[in-house]
Amino acid sequence: MDKVYSKKVIEEFSNPGNVGIIEDADGVGEVGSTVDGDIINISIKVKDDTINDIKFKTFGCVVAISTSSMVTRMAKGKKIDEALDLTDEDVINSLDGLPEGKDNCSGFALEALKLAIADYMKKQK
Amino acid sequence: MDHSATTPVDPLVVGAMLPYFSDMFGNSSSLHSFGREAGEALVKARKEVADGIGAMPEEIIFTSGGTESDNLAILGSMPQNTDKKHVITSVIEHPAVLNTCKFLQSQGHEVTYISVDPGGVVDLEKIESSIQDNTMLITVMHANNEVGTIQPIMDIAQIAKENDILLHTDAVQTIGKLPVNVDTLGVDMLSLSSHKIHGPKGVGALYVRKGTNIHPTVFGGNHEGGLRSGTENIPGIVGLGKAMALAGERLDKDSKHMQHMRDSLIDKVLGSMDGVRLNGHATQRLPNNVNLSFKNVEGESMLMLLDMEEIAVSTGSACSSGSQNVSTVLKALNLEDEYIHGSLRISLGRENTIEEIDSLFNILRSTVERLRSISPLEGR
Repeated sequence: MDKVYSKKVIEEFSNPGNVGIIEDADGVGEVGSTVDGDIINISIKVKDDTINDIKFKTFGCVVAISTSSMVTRMAKGKKIDEALDLTDEDVINSLDGLPEGKDNCSGFALEALKLAIADYMKKQK
Repeated sequence: MDHSATTPVDPLVVGAMLPYFSDMFGNSSSLHSFGREAGEALVKARKEVADGIGAMPEEIIFTSGGTESDNLAILGSMPQNTDKKHVITSVIEHPAVLNTCKFLQSQGHEVTYISVDPGGVVDLEKIESSIQDNTMLITVMHANNEVGTIQPIMDIAQIAKENDILLHTDAVQTIGKLPVNVDTLGVDMLSLSSHKIHGPKGVGALYVRKGTNIHPTVFGGNHEGGLRSGTENIPGIVGLGKAMALAGERLDKDSKHMQHMRDSLIDKVLGSMDGVRLNGHATQRLPNNVNLSFKNVEGESMLMLLDMEEIAVSTGSACSSGSQNVSTVLKALNLEDEYIHGSLRISLGRENTIEEIDSLFNILRSTVERLRSISPLEGR
């Protein structure tokens, strides 16, 4: 199995953007557990239906960290609806692909984002 | 810093091998002078390997490496067309042993996998109590490739002898690092590999004590006493012989040097970093093995950041297909969840220096700090 990461993955992994936790977040999503070996936490700040701040903290492998970083970059500034429309494929494409056998990991970060949005929407009701 | 994976070939070994690719390319089975040259090279290499482990030359079978040696020892000692037989091994063996044992099970044989204590040492009492009337073989590695734990082979040999059972050990990780003598250890078979001791890849040997009845698993022109057919890999075998001779000469010096670096690194890490544990045994440990687990960080991520600093290490916690694939060895040691995913194996070699250890330590510390700063688990 080929295990070569794209330049983009390595870039995102070694210089991740939006690292942190928003203390007064409007929504928080977290996936994974120490048993699984991957935990992704995404917090968002929403204004006028737009994600105007987003941060992540991730415990996990190269793909977990690079996809977390990429998902936050992609979601920042997007309308809630647009962010919900993001797909696994969008994330993988933005990273110029993932090695075979590693593509399953990519969904976790997106899942954390969608949980954060769901958390925000729940609080709106 | 990943010498348990493989080692660079010693220039003296390369020098010994070179003539056998071109000038002396003969087939040792040929009767003419070219064949005789190859035959003489085989005799010399066989003696060098035998001398290295206190064996007789006729007890050495050249193979393609440690994996084939393990396969031949296990499959070759199982009688064919008889009642089902029983093998005792440990849960922390190399895949070359574990997967061969699994194959035996698929063929109707029985295998007992002995557990290990938290330091990675096999349970001798369990070995003893697992013995059945049809137990043919005990196979336990001399030292573990991941966590470096040295197994009590002499004690296991005592048990094997009392019960008239064959004993095989995989000594791939111990040659050149510990004294290895087949009589002192009391083994009937022993596997060794060339590329772990600064020899070429693709060659190894199995020691089979005189009088031990094993059958071949590769058939052909009856090379290697009929136990391993196929025209001998003369350059490779010459390289293995030279590497064994050098390993023997350098054993004291090299093992002391590696142990000094090992202890220095372990002391530094355990003494100045939080949330770290040493995997494996505190003292019964290969002189070149450091296996650490860091809390709240993941192995592959550490490995990649170290790789960017041109430091090559390995991890037992490689992630694949969205679920962490933790090594069976680390699982067997019963590490806590927060530690099991953050393992790092640093395996030193004779050409490493104490200055490199200092530099490794500094880079390792900043790598762990960096990953912890983005880990949601920190501070929880």
